[in-house]
Amino acid sequence: MPEITYLEAIRQTLWKEMKRDERVFIIGEDIGRYGGAFGVTHGMLDEFGEKRIIETPISEPSIIGAAIGAALLDMRPVVEIMFMDFILLTLDQIGNQAAKMHYMFGGKATVPIVIRMPGGSGTGAAAQHSQSLETLLMHLPGLKVVTPSTPYDAKGLLTTALHDLNPVCFIEHKLLYKMKGEVPEEDYAIPFGVADVKRKGKDLTVVTNEIMVHKTIAVANRLASEGIEIEVVDLRTMVPLDKQTIIESVTKTGKLLVIHEACETAGWAGEIMAVVSASRAFDYLDAPMRRLTGKNTPIPYNRDLERAAVPQEEDIEREIRAILKGEY
Amino acid sequence: MQKEETFVAKASRLKLSNEQLIDMYRTMSLIRQFEYMADKLYAMGKVHGTMHLSAGQEAVAVGISRATIRDDYLINHHRGHGHFISKGADINKMMAEFLGKDAGFCRGRGGSMHIADFSSHNLGANGIVGGGIPHSLGVGLAIQMKQLSEICIAIFGDGASNEGVFHESLNMAALWKLPVLYVCENNKYGMSMEVERATAKLPISQRAEGYGIPWHYIDGNDLLTVYETMRDAAEFIRSGNGPVFVETQTYRYFGHSKSDRNLYRSKDEIDDWRDNKDPIARFKGQLVENKILTEEQADEINNEALAVIEAAVAFAEASPDPDPSTVTEYVYA
Repeated sequence: MPEITYLEAIRQTLWKEMKRDERVFIIGEDIGRYGGAFGVTHGMLDEFGEKRIIETPISEPSIIGAAIGAALLDMRPVVEIMFMDFILLTLDQIGNQAAKMHYMFGGKATVPIVIRMPGGSGTGAAAQHSQSLETLLMHLPGLKVVTPSTPYDAKGLLTTALHDLNPVCFIEHKLLYKMKGEVPEEDYAIPFGVADVKRKGKDLTVVTNEIMVHKTIAVANRLASEGIEIEVVDLRTMVPLDKQTIIESVTKTGKLLVIHEACETAGWAGEIMAVVSASRAFDYLDAPMRRLTGKNTPIPYNRDLERAAVPQEEDIEREIRAILKGEY
Repeated sequence: MQKEETFVAKASRLKLSNEQLIDMYRTMSLIRQFEYMADKLYAMGKVHGTMHLSAGQEAVAVGISRATIRDDYLINHHRGHGHFISKGADINKMMAEFLGKDAGFCRGRGGSMHIADFSSHNLGANGIVGGGIPHSLGVGLAIQMKQLSEICIAIFGDGASNEGVFHESLNMAALWKLPVLYVCENNKYGMSMEVERATAKLPISQRAEGYGIPWHYIDGNDLLTVYETMRDAAEFIRSGNGPVFVETQTYRYFGHSKSDRNLYRSKDEIDDWRDNKDPIARFKGQLVENKILTEEQADEINNEALAVIEAAVAFAEASPDPDPSTVTEYVYA
């Protein structure tokens, strides 16, 4: 099986779908000659031309709005928002328009758009280019929110997103773009709402997504030499949420740690804990549920400060050990 | 000095038959009766939510719809009843939606502010001022990609012209020569804010100049002027020349919404527009003066319109409310 990067997995999936369905087009800033700020659309202008790789002025709200209008006429727009942070410019179009049209028009309108957006910290891009804002999007009924952590998942989830009839926010973690992984050449789709147990274990469940999946697996592999077995649940899609897998895992391990890069207050770790609290898994808990999250701070510029703002492997290891020892 | 063109000469030049002129009058009357009934139903406590009535602005709606084709795509604003009716929407379904009934266009999910009728390419009203304007870009792009003959008509108010998406959208529509007719329905107030206090330079339409878009500032209460401007604009757009911007000067008689007590404008001002510039009275006067219609026929048309509206109310009232157990239907397609 060929190994390709997360970025290539996304590009190949877009490429294939554009070949297959002429209704698909990409719209966004600097996606033509430049190839997108991170290079995802590199080469696509030459292949598909400027009618289908539509470069726009810097007008994020109206880029989303344009996608909505085209979707209403049964096109399949893919929007590239250069940095996830910029969705804060577009919240009317995403939240009041795209998310609500199917509902408020009584099921008559469908808005099949995919909004791709690189999120997360770790590149020294500071406070306005490094956020993890998936919780904001999860709070708007009508949106689907997808957070792939591997090249394999990126391809399978993007394929599903491109065939979905709803607005899908597809969040790509910047630090994952260069990560390589095995990706089959043949087509496949990963359904939304199906978490992936990326590592099996019996002692403690970590529920997480995106880059934190990899950090947690690295820690779990180290702890395994001490006989500690961590189960790592990669949610893959935040909306819809695979509650079943979370509940089953916690029922088995009796311990839950939720890890996300997004900051803590009203972050989605609270949602996961609420799901567990209200389920049969609650009876199986033998320790308080804990969360390890980004700090309640903007992402700073300085390398050490930036590291300190979001969970690192040492933080994850410390937190896991604390829970296992009952030190909380 | 050039002699002013008579009504008959203008109608003839525009190739509007007497039947068409009377039909235009009938539609304006239908809109007015709908709005009056909406107000009445609200006063009777039968309306759950809010509403934004367009009485006084009927010539804009009828002028646009008659100057374009039914398959042209409409992007509407929150004060949109007139545009829906004029485009031929089912009055029963409209009234049912207004009363929140299951038989309404949106099965009671949308109400007055969110009526849409995709079967007639009516892409929906919008509760966010200016929120629909950027959708025109995508509709325009889709029309280009699919090589359709339709155009997109994006209608918004004076208030929306100060939203960022207004400027972003005009810029992109001009860049890409999109087939969009932008209509700014200037009724002088964005809620309570007079256009003079909200907009640094008037008319609003001159802003289009900055984007290289042809623009017109017209009397929105003169039906044939609206018709002619929209017809010419639509033809220009349909021929692939890119967008056109038309600002129609008009006036709303009712308050902004149900909570409005008209504290920001005088009764004299409202009366002046009602008594001296009303688009329906003006058009009727022209029809009667030129013996195209008699006063009696006009009354009859108004009575017929009222009967249609009353039948719609009866239909709506007889319709069931949506089943509360269906509240989460339609969140996702």
